[in-house]
Amino acid sequence: MSERPRKQIHLAAHFPGVNSTTVWSDPESGSQTDFASFVHLARAAERGKFDFFFLAEGLRLREHRGRIFDLDVVGRPDSLTVLAALAAVTDRIGLAATLNTTFNEPYELARQLASLDHLSAGRAAWNAVTSPDAFTGANFRRGGFLPPGERYRRAEEMILVVRQLWDSWADDAVVADRHSGEFVRDGGVVPFAHWGDQFSVSGTFDVPRSPQGQPVQIQAGDSDEGRELAAAYADVIFSRHAGWGSGRRFYSDVKGRLARYGRKPDELKIIPAATVVLGTSAADAEERARHIHRQQVSPQGAIAFLEQVWGRDLSSYDPDGPLPDIDPDVDGTLSITRGRVRHEKDPLAVAASWRELASEKGLSIRELVIEATARTAFVGTASEVATLIDDHVQADAADGYILVPHLTPHGLDDFVDQVVPLLQERGVYRPDYSGPTLRDHLDLPRPASGA
Amino acid sequence: MSDRRAPGRQLHLGVLLSGAGHHPAAWRHPSVRAQGLFEAEGLVAQVQTAERGTLDLVITDDRFSRGDERRGRVQGRLDALLALARVAPVTTAVGLVPTVDVTHTEPFHVSKNVATLDLVSSGRAGWRASLSRTEAEARLFGRKPVATLAELTDEADEVVDVVGRLWDSWEDDAVIRDQPTGRYLDRDKVHYVDFEGRFFNVRGPLITPRPPQGQPLVVIDAVSPPTVQLAGRRADIALIAAADVDSAGQLSEELRALAAAAGRPADALTVLAVADVVFGPDSAKAAAERRVLDSLVMPDPADDRLAGSLDYVGSPIGFAGLAADWFRAEAVDGFVLRPALLPRGLDQIVDGVVPSLRASGVFRSAYTERALRHRFGLEHPPNRYAAAAGTGAGAAEAAEAAR
Repeated sequence: MSERPRKQIHLAAHFPGVNSTTVWSDPESGSQTDFASFVHLARAAERGKFDFFFLAEGLRLREHRGRIFDLDVVGRPDSLTVLAALAAVTDRIGLAATLNTTFNEPYELARQLASLDHLSAGRAAWNAVTSPDAFTGANFRRGGFLPPGERYRRAEEMILVVRQLWDSWADDAVVADRHSGEFVRDGGVVPFAHWGDQFSVSGTFDVPRSPQGQPVQIQAGDSDEGRELAAAYADVIFSRHAGWGSGRRFYSDVKGRLARYGRKPDELKIIPAATVVLGTSAADAEERARHIHRQQVSPQGAIAFLEQVWGRDLSSYDPDGPLPDIDPDVDGTLSITRGRVRHEKDPLAVAASWRELASEKGLSIRELVIEATARTAFVGTASEVATLIDDHVQADAADGYILVPHLTPHGLDDFVDQVVPLLQERGVYRPDYSGPTLRDHLDLPRPASGA
Repeated sequence: MSDRRAPGRQLHLGVLLSGAGHHPAAWRHPSVRAQGLFEAEGLVAQVQTAERGTLDLVITDDRFSRGDERRGRVQGRLDALLALARVAPVTTAVGLVPTVDVTHTEPFHVSKNVATLDLVSSGRAGWRASLSRTEAEARLFGRKPVATLAELTDEADEVVDVVGRLWDSWEDDAVIRDQPTGRYLDRDKVHYVDFEGRFFNVRGPLITPRPPQGQPLVVIDAVSPPTVQLAGRRADIALIAAADVDSAGQLSEELRALAAAAGRPADALTVLAVADVVFGPDSAKAAAERRVLDSLVMPDPADDRLAGSLDYVGSPIGFAGLAADWFRAEAVDGFVLRPALLPRGLDQIVDGVVPSLRASGVFRSAYTERALRHRFGLEHPPNRYAAAAGTGAGAAEAAEAAR
C-alpha cells in the first residue's frame, strides 16, 4: 500500500489589532494602526508565500467595570478598507476580513466583498461571525435587535442571500459589444428576491461576478452550531485548537460533518490560530517564550483578567500577592466585561482550579494568570518548529495555521526567513504561488454561478 | 484660510469619475476598454493622471442601482470607497473623495470607513454624501420604505453630524502606551458621543482612532432647496449645477449666506460648479464627437443628480478661459469636471485645461500640501470633546469648530 502523499501546509497571518497577544509595551512594537504596519506584515506574509492575511473586527470598544478597557491594544481601522489598500501593495496573498452578520446588510456586504475581489484580482475572503449583543448595538440604528438564539439563523440566511447575489451575474454576463450596444447579454443578470425571517430584499445586484466567483468563506465557530454552519458553508474554519490532541479531535469532528452536505474532506481547510517563539536553542526559545508571557500579562492586566472571572472589583489586591480568598460573584462575571468574545466556564469552578494551581506551584496572581492563560503553540528552534508544524498537519491536527505575532508589525519576519525555507525543503510547502487567486492557494474549486 | 478676494486666490479643480465616462455611450468609444471597468488598473491610471495634473481631488460616483437596464448602457460598478482605498497607496497628493450613501448605510460604518480611507491615504480623504431616493434601492435593503426628499435630507443632516462627532471621539493623542501603569490608552481622551437623533442613536466611541485630518472633507450636492440648506449647514465643499456664470454666482451667494446664518466662519464653505465636458481641438470637432456619442445613446437628464450643470463642448483652452472668467467673477471657487469619455477626457484636462489655467495664474503648478483640508484653506480642527473635557485645546476654538 503506497503512502499518502504528504499534505501541503497552509499558512496565514493575523494582524491582531485588539487583543492581549500583542505586546505593545516592547520597544520593538510598532504602531497598531499606521498603514505602514499593515503593509509590513502583509508583505512579510507574502514573502513567506502565506495563503492569506487576516484582519478581525470589533464594532464597539471593549469595556471593563463600566469604563473603556485601556490595558490592551485598542482601536482598529476598518478591515475592508485596509485590505483594499493592501491590494495595491501586494500581488498574490489573500485578503481576509471578519464582517459580522448582525450589524451588516447582505446587499452591502455582497457588493463590498465582490468589489474587493475585483480590486485584488481574486483574493478576497470573508470570515462570517455573529454578534448578538445590545452592547455593540448601541452604535447601530436598531440597537440590540437580534435575540441571541437567532444569531446563527441570521448568519446562515445572510450567507445564503449574499451568495445568491454573487451568483446572480453569470461569469460571461458582460459582453460589452460596442458595435451592437449590448453591455450585458440577455439573461446574463438575474434579479433576486428573498423573503425570509431575517431579510426581505429584492432587486438586481450591481457588481459583476468577481474573479473567484464567490470570495472565500471563513468561519470561526467552536460550538456545535458553529461547527455545523462551517461544515455546511465554509471553505476555511479557524479554531482555537492548536494543540495535538484537541486539534486532532476538532479536525476529526468537523471533517466528519462534511459528507452530510455532499462535501469532500479537502473542501474545508481547518486552520487553528497559533503563536510561535523561535530561539537559537530549545532552552533559548523557552526562555524567550517565558519572557513574552510575562510581557503579555502586566500586573494591571493580571488583576483585570482575574476580575473577569471573579466578577468583582479586585483593585485592592496585589498582583504579586496571593489569589483572593473570596468567591467569584457569578452574576458579576456576566457583566463586568462587555464587548469581548469570552469562553468562560463556570467561574466558581475556574476560581477553584486556579486556587489549586496557585497553591500547588506557589504562584502569585500575576504568575497564575500567566500560567493559566499565556500560551505559545510552537516554541523551539526554526528546525524544531518546522518539524512540529509539519507533524501536526500530517497527523491531521490541522491543515495549517494562522500565525499571530506578539510584536506588530515585525513579529513574523523571523518565521518567514527561517522556518518557511525549511518547510519548503521538506516539500510540504509551496516554493511559490501557483495561481493568482486565494482559491488557488487553498486548492479550492471555483463555484459556478447560477445565472 | 483662503480669502476669496485676496490676490493669489487659486481656483480649485476636480474630476467626478464614473465608469467609462459621464456620457452613457462612452463605453462604446474605441478609446475605452469596457472590461477594464471592473479592474483596479484603469482607475489607478486615471487618478494618477489627475495627480500629474495637480488636480485638487477626484470624486468616484456610486449608487446602489445596477446602472441603467436600458440597452446600450453600462451596468455594474464597484464600491467607490474601496476603489479609492485601492488607489490610495499608489498616489501621494490628490484628494480622494468617494460617494457614500447616507440613507441605507449605518452612520457608524460611514464614519469608520472614511476615517480609514484618510488613514491609508495619509490625510487625503473626503466623502460625498449621497441620498438614496428610489423605491428600488430601498427594496435592496428591505429595512425601510423610500422617504421624501425632506426626510432624506433631515436624515442626512444627522448622519453628517454624527459621522463628524465620531471622528472627534478619539483625541489625537489618546494612545499613550504607558508601561508603568499598563495603559495602552488614556481613556479620558476617548469619548462617548451619545448622539440621540430623530432617525437613530449612536453611543460611540468610534472603533478607529482620530483620522489624520481630524475631520475629512464633507462634499454635498446642493441641487434642490433642501440639499442647498443641508450644504450651507454641513458641507466643506458644495457642488452646484449651474449653466451660466450668473446663476452660479447666485447659488454661491445663497450658500454662503446659509453658512453664515449657521454661524460658520467665512470661507468655511467652498463652492464648486459641476461641468460636463466634451473636448476637441476646436468647437466643431468637439461637437462632432458629441454627436457621435449622442447618436449611440442619448443622455437622459432624468437620470442625472446634477442635471442642469454647465455643458461644455469645445476646446480645452476655451474651457480654461471660461473657468477663469467664472472664477474671477467670484461666481464659484472652482469646478468639478465630468469628462464624457475616460480616460481620454482626463488626459485632455491635464494636458489642455490645466496648462492654460496655470498660464492665467489661477491654478497651482505643484502641490504645496498633502492634507486635503489644507488645500481648501481649512486648518486641522480642534477636537470638540477635548475642549469640553478640558483635556485639549481651548473651549473657544471648539465652539467655533462645532456646528
